[in-house]
Amino acid sequence: MTRAVRTVTIVNREGLHARPVMKFIDLAGTFASTVRLSKVTGPQRHPQPGGTAGEVVDGKSPMEMLLLEAPLGSCLQIVAEGADAEQAVEALAKLIGEGFGEELG
Amino acid sequence: MRLADFIVIPSVIPELKATDRNGVIRELVQTLADHSALPQEAVETVARSAITRENQGSTGFGKGVAVPHVKHASIPKMVATIGRSSAGVDFAALDRAPVYTVVLLLSPASDPDGHLGAMERIFRHLQRDNFRRFLRQADTREMIQELILEADEMA
Repeated sequence: MTRAVRTVTIVNREGLHARPVMKFIDLAGTFASTVRLSKVTGPQRHPQPGGTAGEVVDGKSPMEMLLLEAPLGSCLQIVAEGADAEQAVEALAKLIGEGFGEELG
Repeated sequence: MRLADFIVIPSVIPELKATDRNGVIRELVQTLADHSALPQEAVETVARSAITRENQGSTGFGKGVAVPHVKHASIPKMVATIGRSSAGVDFAALDRAPVYTVVLLLSPASDPDGHLGAMERIFRHLQRDNFRRFLRQADTREMIQELILEADEMA
């Protein structure tokens, strides 16, 4: 069982609203690994050191993901566990990092 | 943020007349305008935008609830209302189940962060089995109001 972790910043103007959530879910669903997300808060939004991870949500559940309340500039930690964990975090971090193909902030 | 800060309680519809998705969205946009929460002249544009948005991807995320929403320049401030359908409405939900509770959220285009905050509040409560169940059973505006105020107290 592999565990992979990535931290990414929301760059699209409207943040993690419903449509980006659905894009995330669709992509997460293509991997066998479990995907969990949390919002990272802390100095300069850097996760470590001094940052604290918030509530952890299931990256394959739209209703849970909308609880993250992640506007432009927020920092998210993606944790995948499973055989394809590394590929999963790579692809999901890329999707967020590209602003879900939306207008950037 | 509390639910009662943006849900316009007098506009809540305990039994929707419309039986189809677009009709429900129109009915909910209209009730907000009828309760002075949206300019009457914005009704058509906002309803059409909300339907277009819904066509891009269902906001029926499962468990009998849908949260159609739209951000638009003609919306002066963030407002929401709730409609209940005892027969259930087809929202092309992710779990394909009918929708009994519809929360319509309208936000100004200029405040995407406020929109995310309201969505968080709405889903925070819709996550709870009891809140969903009671909301589905609440057949008067007073009962729905009570549920909203109770939810705000526990949050």
